[in-house]
This record gives sequence, C-alpha cells and structure tokens, in this order.
Amino acid sequence: MKYLKISNWGYSAQRIFIICAFSIIPLALLFTFAYLPVINMFKYSFTDWNGYSKRFDYVGFENYSRIFSDPEYFKVFIVSLYYFVATFVQMGLALYFATILSFKIRGKNFFKGILFFPYLLNGVAIGFIFLFFFKPDGTLDTLMQAVGLGQYTQLWLGNPNIINVSLAGASVWRYMGFNFIIFLGAISSIQKDVYEASDIDGANRWQQFRHIILPSITRILQLNLILAISGAISAFDIPYIMTDGSNGSETFVIQTVHLAFKYGKLGLASAMAVVLLFIVILVTLVQRVTMKGEE
Amino acid sequence: MRKNKGWMLLLTMLLITSLLAACSSGGGSPQAGEEISTDPADIKGEITVLTQRTDIVDSVFKDYAAEFNKEYPDVKVNFQALADYEGQVKIRMSTKDYGDVLMIPTSVPIADIPDFFEPLGTYDELKEKYTGIEERMVDGQIYGIPTVITFSGIIYNKQVFKDAGIAEVPKTPEQFQAALQLVKDNTDAVPLYTNYASGWALTQWEADLPTVAGSVDYVNIDQPNTDENFVAGKPHYELYKVLYDAAKNGLIEKDPTTTDWESSKADLANGKIATMALGSWAITQIQGLTDTPDNIGFLPFPTNASDVVVPLAADYNIGMNVNSENKPAAKAWIDWFLAKSNYAVEQGGGMSADKNAELPPILDQYKDVTFSTLTPAKEGQEGLVDKIDNEGEIGLWQPDFKKRIIEAAISNRSESYDDIMKDLNDKWVKARTELAK
Repeated sequence: MKYLKISNWGYSAQRIFIICAFSIIPLALLFTFAYLPVINMFKYSFTDWNGYSKRFDYVGFENYSRIFSDPEYFKVFIVSLYYFVATFVQMGLALYFATILSFKIRGKNFFKGILFFPYLLNGVAIGFIFLFFFKPDGTLDTLMQAVGLGQYTQLWLGNPNIINVSLAGASVWRYMGFNFIIFLGAISSIQKDVYEASDIDGANRWQQFRHIILPSITRILQLNLILAISGAISAFDIPYIMTDGSNGSETFVIQTVHLAFKYGKLGLASAMAVVLLFIVILVTLVQRVTMKGEE
Repeated sequence: MRKNKGWMLLLTMLLITSLLAACSSGGGSPQAGEEISTDPADIKGEITVLTQRTDIVDSVFKDYAAEFNKEYPDVKVNFQALADYEGQVKIRMSTKDYGDVLMIPTSVPIADIPDFFEPLGTYDELKEKYTGIEERMVDGQIYGIPTVITFSGIIYNKQVFKDAGIAEVPKTPEQFQAALQLVKDNTDAVPLYTNYASGWALTQWEADLPTVAGSVDYVNIDQPNTDENFVAGKPHYELYKVLYDAAKNGLIEKDPTTTDWESSKADLANGKIATMALGSWAITQIQGLTDTPDNIGFLPFPTNASDVVVPLAADYNIGMNVNSENKPAAKAWIDWFLAKSNYAVEQGGGMSADKNAELPPILDQYKDVTFSTLTPAKEGQEGLVDKIDNEGEIGLWQPDFKKRIIEAAISNRSESYDDIMKDLNDKWVKARTELAK
C-alpha cells in the first residue's frame, strides 16, 4: 500500500509519472484517431480491399501503377488550378481587410465579426446557401437584375466554363475569415511606437503598410500561403456538397471518395490518398526551401 | 486530497484500459445452426430494428410494434431510423453493433453477405412463398427477403398530358419524344424532369433496361456475356438515347445542376412537371402531396420491343445481423413484418414479396403488359455484372455517366452521345477481359 501513494515517491519519479499520466490520454487519442488510420491507409493502398470484405489480397504496387499510368486520374488537378488562383484573391482580400481594420475605424469589431463569421458556419450549410444563391433566378440573379446587370446573368453552376469559378468564389467567401483573423493577429502584434515614429516622419497609410506591416508579417504570409495551396490541392467540401463533382467540377479528393464508396475500390482510393499526402508534403517542402533561400 | 489522488489514478487507469479494450472487445459469436423455436410464448428478448424510413419511424412503426406484441408479448422492439442509411450502416457494419434486424445495404458485395447476415432459410424452402429472393442468395441460402416489390417506368401527370393534347399513352421512344414535345409546346410544365442534382434519381433509369430489352433475361444472363453492351441498337444504347434526345431537344428542366428532389415530387403532383423516370415506390409519395391523386399515372418505359415487360424489382431486403443475441426474436419480427404489417402496399408503394399478393390498382390499364422479376444469373456468374461494373468504373447504378449524357446533350461537353457510349463499351470490354484472366 505504501507505494501506491505518489507523494511518497521521489521528486523525479513523481515528475516522470505526472508527465506520463498527463500525456498518455492525448497521445492515445492522437494515435487512435490520427496515426492508426494513416498506417491502415498505407496498408490498404497495397490491397484490393472493397471496403466490406473480411478478406483482401495484397497486390503490391498495382494500385500505384494504375494511378500513374492512367492520365484520367490526374486530369482533375486542372480543377485545383481554379482554387489555386482563388487563393490569391482570398489572401489579398484578407490582408486588405486586416490592414484596414487594424487602424482606428468606427464599428471595427462589428466588421471583424462579419468577416470572420462565414468561417464558423458549417460547410454543409454554406453549400446549401450557395446552391440557392447560384440557382437560375436565385439570389445572385435577382441582385444583378436589381442593379441593372440583368443581361450578364448566367447558369452559374450549369455552365461548365463558369462552374469552377462560382465554386471557388464560394470557397473564398468561406475561408477568407480564417486568413483574415490570422493576419489581424499578426498585425496587432506590431509595436504601436513604430507607427508613432513613422507618423512623425510623415509616412502615409500606404507607406506604413508597405514598410512596416508587410515586412513584419512575412512569416505569417508564408504560412497562410502554404495552408492555402495545400487547401487548393485538396479542395473538397464546397464542390462535393453543391455539385457532387458533376459538370466538370470534380476535384482529386471527390474522385477518391467516389472510387472508394461508389465502386468499392478502397485499395485504389487509399493509394490515391497516399499520393495526395505526398504531393502536399512535397509542395510544403518546396515552399520552405524556396522561402528560406530568399532570406 | 491524498485519497483523491489515489482515486484519480484509478480512474485514469480505468479510462486507459477501457480505451485500449474497446479495440479488441467483442463477445463470442453464437453457435451456428442453433435450433430456432417458433412458438411465440418461448420467444423473449429485446431487438433493435434499423430502418431507412425516418418519416414513419415514430408513427407507423410504433403501431407495428404494438400489433407485434399482441402475438409476441415478451419481445421488446426498438427502432432506429437512419437518414443516410447506406452510408451509416456501412460504417456500423465494421463493428458488431448494427441492430438485430436491418435492411441489407445494396452496396454489400453478394459474396460478403454471409459474413454479416444470418441465413433466413434455403432457396428451396422459401421459393414457393416469396418473390425476388434470388438477389441476396449465396450457395442456396437466402439472406434477405424484399420488404417491397416495386416496378419501374415513367411516372406522369395525366392532367398535363390531357392539357398538352396527348391522345394516346406513348409506347415507343418516338411517341414518347413527340409527347414530351407536345407538353413543351402546349403547357408550362417541364416535359421530363431529370433530377440531375440529386444524382441517385438518375440511377432509376437503369431499372428500365429490361423493358427496353423486352426480356427479363437480358440483365443477368445476356449482359455479362456480351462485348457489345453499349453498342447502337443494344438495350443500353436505346435506353439512354431517350434521355439524351430529351435533353438535346430542350425537353428537360432549364438548369439541371440545381434540381431539387423534394420539390420535384410536389411539382409533378401539381402539374409543373409532366414526367419523371422512377420506381413505383415514388407514386404514393407523390400522390400524398396533392388533392387529386388520381392524376398521377404510370407508364411502362417506352420501348421498341414486341413484348412490353415491366421488371419487378426488390426494394431493400430485410435481413438479420449474424451477431444478434436474440435471433429467434429477430426472426419472429421478420416473419411478422413480411406477412402481417402490409408495409409493402401501404408504405412502400409497391406490392408484397408474398407470392399470393395481387397487383396494385394503378396497373389495371396494363392487361397486355408482362410483370416479371429478372432471371437470376447462371451458376458461377452470380454478381458478375457488378464485378465487371466496378472493375471498369462504369457505374451502371451510379449517376456519373447519366450526368455525362445530360451534360453532353446540353452542350456542356464536347463529346457526342456515340462518344460516350463507345467509351463505356471500351471500359466494359476491358473490364471483362481483365476479369476473365
């Protein structure tokens, strides 16, 4: 019984015990819900598992060779380009609003709230909101007619040349708030006296932005860029909910989901997920290396 | 405080062990081949029934349970309705906890069914009693019995047809296109609503394949043994040509990408839509949305075949979890549900799988039409169509290539109908040779 009392242990033993006790639960959760599925995914990617069977065969690299030998599977990355371009619009807007709202402005908190709000909404809800928004004679068309732009209305989701722009637009609306809040945080960490000093020197707002704000948040800008690019490559929720990848809006992840759950090719889909994982890692590494080179 | 620490330690340990144990738990499976007593007095226990009918789980199903308890007083029946039935059951089936009685998800490969479901009897025992049990049969054992037998074709609004001036019910594809054109010219209704956006509604077209082929043998016997499944003149080509032509001639909704299934039912009921390709199960749902239910009619799918064959198909099959701890009670529920609940006619919009059941009144006008279930596949070819389908990523029962056809027809894609059919046929041939290896 004596040894069950922790207070009787030595200081370092207590320390080790407490560290272990506190980290074992988060570690167990992390392992169960993050690492174990990934390990299984690697395993499945070498099999022909259909998602149900208790049996499956190992097929070696067959799934991988199939992905890389059939251009059909990679064609969908063209759709990602739309989201990639939208990323810059998204970050530009976020930076613009973050800068403006970091100065003294009336109703500042109200606007901060409005800009961040879309990010808090559930993705499914956003999908449905934008379905109504883009419908023929829906919100967007009505709005355009009201301001006299009626002749420019389109089948926003029906026209295959526009559909990805519409969807990327919805995606910008949704994720801009996230970029915005991070930029805002970074900007507000800049010392106030730097501004004061520049005011005395007669700098205007643009000069303050160009020479004080921008250099101070380069790190955060890079981080957001990495997040946004890997987000563009793995774009999923908005097009999946709104169009299910039809009419030319299929992204790589939607294609993976379809292969796994429509055609029962869990093995092939896992291999695609592994490939995507490596692409994202690669993009991140390339970015880190090039960004480092600049300094 | 000291004592508390000990407790915390114990609790932490418990939590960890339970976390780890959760991965490996699971009791021993019940003995196979156990004798199932059928005397209501002997049957006891609590069972959980999974259903896809979220709309009636708290009303109609409660009444069923009450009726059931009059015969089997010692069985407690619980219901769980799942909104995304296929998706949620699929995930639960990776554990042992997926109810005692449930609908067999259609995506479970036939060969894997014995791992998850308990046999309900042999084919020889049950074939005299029920229709459509061949679909979920493995090695002569029956694992599922259809809850409803439905038939497929075109559901249409009679009033709209009348307003458009359509004198006779269209029988061939040409007559059908002409009728759709009349609807477009003479009324405000959408001639043919595709329900493109919901996706699954497009898969309903595939059910009409036997009507186009004019034979119940085509799907399971001829199809897996041909390399010309999507060639001009063959059933698949003719079937989807109807869809393509309608879309091409502007006889479908204005923007297919934003269709809405729930409102389409009301629109058909109220004459804003003239026709939709669906199963009979939709009839009761549509009739329920209008004051003039007699306006809703059923057409066999347009065909050039000499005999008009309307395929009878099984809706969800009811089955029993192989891990159930109350198998006699579960079996009792299944038998009672099929024989006495009248679910098939009242709630399912079709007819009972019971062989003695009669055709519903909506079909009275089709005396010259054959209603029949599909011929099962030849021995050794069970599930072959599905295998070719999955291997080739064709998706006979998936919306993808139907969407492609519509997109091509409204010039959203630069490919023609023949291009699509050729591509599908190439995939079919390739998958067939792949599987023959």
